[in-house]
Amino acid sequence: MAAFVVRRILVNIVVFILIGIGVFLLVRAAPGDPVRMMIRPEDLQEGSEGFIQARRAELGLDDPVLVQYGRWFLDAVTGDLGSSFISREPVSGLLLERLGPTVLLMSTALGIALLIAIPLGTIAAVRRNTGVDYAAAALSLGVISVPSFFLGIVAIYLFSLQLGWLPSSGMSTPGGGGGADILEHLIMPAAILGLAAAGPLTRYVRGSLIDELSADYVRTAEAKGGSPVRVVGRHALRNSLIPLITIVMINIPQMLAGAVVLEQVFAWPGMGQLAVRAVNTQDYPVIVGFALYVAALVLICNLLADLAYAVVDPRVKVT
Amino acid sequence: MTQSEPLLEVDDLAVEFRTDEGVVKAVDGASFTVDRGEIVGVVGESGSGKSVTAMSILGLVKSGRRAGGTIRFRGRDLGALPAKELRSIRGGEIAMIFQDPMTALNPVVTIGRQIVEALRLHDKKLAKGAARDRAIELLALVGMPDAAARFRQYPHEFSGGMRQRAMIAMAIANGPSLLIADEPTTALDVTIQAQVLDLLKVAQQETQAATLLITHDLGVVAELADRVVVMYAGRVVEQGDVITVFTEPRHPYTVGLLESLPRLDRDVDELHPIPGSPPSLLAPPPGCPFHPRCPLARDRCRTERPPLRAVGAAHHSACHFAEELAAVVPTEVTR
Amino acid sequence: MSDLRPSLDTPDVAAAEVAVAVDAAGGGPRSGRRSPRAMAARRFRRNRVAVGGAIFLVLILVVAVFAPLIANHSPYAVDLGAIRQPPSGDHWLGTDASGRDVFARLVYAARVSLLVGVAAALLAVVVGTLVGAVAGLFGGWIDTLLMRTADMMLSFPNIVVVIVLAGLLGPSIPILVIAIAAAEWPTAARLVRGVTLAVREREYLHAARVAGASRGWLLRKHIVPAAMGQIVVVGTISVAGAILSEAVLSFLGLGVQPPQASWGNMLNDAQSLTVIQSMPWLWLPPGLAIAATVLSVNFVGDGLRDAVDPRQSGRS
Repeated sequence: MAAFVVRRILVNIVVFILIGIGVFLLVRAAPGDPVRMMIRPEDLQEGSEGFIQARRAELGLDDPVLVQYGRWFLDAVTGDLGSSFISREPVSGLLLERLGPTVLLMSTALGIALLIAIPLGTIAAVRRNTGVDYAAAALSLGVISVPSFFLGIVAIYLFSLQLGWLPSSGMSTPGGGGGADILEHLIMPAAILGLAAAGPLTRYVRGSLIDELSADYVRTAEAKGGSPVRVVGRHALRNSLIPLITIVMINIPQMLAGAVVLEQVFAWPGMGQLAVRAVNTQDYPVIVGFALYVAALVLICNLLADLAYAVVDPRVKVT
Repeated sequence: MTQSEPLLEVDDLAVEFRTDEGVVKAVDGASFTVDRGEIVGVVGESGSGKSVTAMSILGLVKSGRRAGGTIRFRGRDLGALPAKELRSIRGGEIAMIFQDPMTALNPVVTIGRQIVEALRLHDKKLAKGAARDRAIELLALVGMPDAAARFRQYPHEFSGGMRQRAMIAMAIANGPSLLIADEPTTALDVTIQAQVLDLLKVAQQETQAATLLITHDLGVVAELADRVVVMYAGRVVEQGDVITVFTEPRHPYTVGLLESLPRLDRDVDELHPIPGSPPSLLAPPPGCPFHPRCPLARDRCRTERPPLRAVGAAHHSACHFAEELAAVVPTEVTR
Repeated sequence: MSDLRPSLDTPDVAAAEVAVAVDAAGGGPRSGRRSPRAMAARRFRRNRVAVGGAIFLVLILVVAVFAPLIANHSPYAVDLGAIRQPPSGDHWLGTDASGRDVFARLVYAARVSLLVGVAAALLAVVVGTLVGAVAGLFGGWIDTLLMRTADMMLSFPNIVVVIVLAGLLGPSIPILVIAIAAAEWPTAARLVRGVTLAVREREYLHAARVAGASRGWLLRKHIVPAAMGQIVVVGTISVAGAILSEAVLSFLGLGVQPPQASWGNMLNDAQSLTVIQSMPWLWLPPGLAIAATVLSVNFVGDGLRDAVDPRQSGRS
């Protein structure tokens, strides 16, 4: 087990370094001069060329690419991702302070997704080809087809503007605060993100449960005199939920993509909002920092998916 | 309930499966009985409907549909029982042993818990500790070494033979009066098969349960069964006590099965596999389903379906010309 | 990705074997019967939802092609005297913040959205097919490297990849297409690799290999035909993903740039509460257009999947 964990961690570190090189090269290939970007066009007078040269030198942009990469890599592994071109604040700090809201949004959404997907997928599998099954299929297809940002706009229109039930943006009311306040702000984005994630998960639960229901051990459980609820719940579902752990882990990065967009719609102060703003202002250090955070999240989720599977399924013998 | 009433009475059972190509009549009018304490072997090739018949008894055929007939257990029509009562019979008075112990046990639940579940489903008052003790006792009874340790292990930690032992322990947990064993040795190594058969004998003696043994292996039937039911294309073609059927078969299909057996006292060259293959159950041939492969077939067989009729003392055959076989068949077949 | 997963390989290979079996049946001794393609077409036609989706897509396609004939205004004509007008007889869906006709923009946007969607999916499928076939044919470390890369790409969230790429390389339609394709190719690659492995297992190919067949010949004559049905399915579903990606990116301002209209960038305006509250004609039509189009593509994709391989079907 330990050897397995170590091996997987090492592989992931190598992959992370490769991604780092890729991102770095992309930044180098990017058009536009970040120094010019930092100066408002109206300030860009003829005399400012000297200033631009000085800033370029100061930021190390004139050094050979390899030198720049080495410096960047050493800084990155020590947690120094540079400073934002725009706000001049350290990128790590910017990202870290926005990590909390994003994690809160995503974990709530994941909970909602599972609360929808497991019961709905189970009922759809057990009552195959009935109204419930078709409704579940329609819901799954619907939520993967309708863009979540559009759902978000519709929700704001309905619940914030027409009905006035929920706040439309931010994470808390200025001057207000407290758990209940955050919860009110959280409901809409988390519900929409959760609904979007519930689509594929419901399909997965249904599909894997149908497979399990035709398994021999299910028939054994019936032959023992188990009730339908017991046969499904204690036997079939138990088997199909083990791989679900892996599927959920793999889905977390996909949820992050949804979170990035919904943070924009609901002005939720998370990493996604920061990233979109950085992209629009060509704030490269922040984009790179964000990309590395995402890469780390993906690799960690993959690692956890493997480990969770090994821990939960008694059949998996890790060598 | 009189002593003469059979324990299990399958009467004109028919089971159909709907497929894309049409309706498959997997069981088409099968009838037979099982008496208290006796061992009845049901033999036939794959596709003869023997397994579907076995599954139908406890209502475990999922995609199929009961198209007719009745199954009575101690005089009660199992098909008409409310779900809850049927569940109390499943694993209680009637228990099943399945073909493939590799897949028939839940892979993520320990062996012990699966046996405890069987016990506690039928005795709600049984305390956890007592159920555990009883389960370990059962595992020891089926010859599981170190039963207490095995109790905590998962199926994948067991060999095939050991899993089948656990399966048998689970089946006899509630002292059934009928055991249905569906190809209990087919999935096992040859060397293990004999051990499991011995164990089945022990289990049968221990519980005094009648046993319905589904198999394609005539050797297994010869060794264990009192009576034998031969099935072909969803129908019973011959039944009687084992010695009678094996020595004086009265159906050409049974004759063919017996001749296809490899035997020590004959040269390998003399094996006679039955020519042809089992009929399509989508469109079974008219008349006798065996006629396309039958050496005795003549016009009547192609049009008229032969009924199962008495051809001797407690010996039945579904062949128009059963009597002709008396002259033809060599009469020394045992293993 | 790992040796432990509830093997992601299995469905691929199982599906691939089905594909190969279907292919074989077509050329086999039973070819007197209906060809698998004809049977798939028949199954597809019987699926009313899928046919409905296909009809809707044809409709959208017609609208996109004949946009100049359908719209009664230019999508670019700015009229600062008539901004954010509600729908009227002249402007059927009102006007936007620059006084441009929303209906005209909606109709012209169909061109961009479909173009980006189809181009990205096509690129993804072609690249994926080549990568998958190379991985399957060469095996060994090449296979490992390519498939690990594909798995890695697959586990990265599409939209984030595209955001980073579009963010670093600057927004433009070619970049958009490449970025979306970069995120979508691994699905096709996994599929084709599975089919390639299944095909390689087939006896007649051992014979073909012995007879000195080149890998290119194998790819054209055996692998692509065997995988074609499923490639079409994967490609169709990729179109849905690509249209969504385009919409999201343009909504975020990273995709199609104004004044050119796309359904996504038309929704960009709806980031203001005033617009959401009192000008639904600005965001409702493009949103519904995206939803209906993607839903139709998914209907068609699901219908094709069921038609190509009924055993893989979601419902049975």
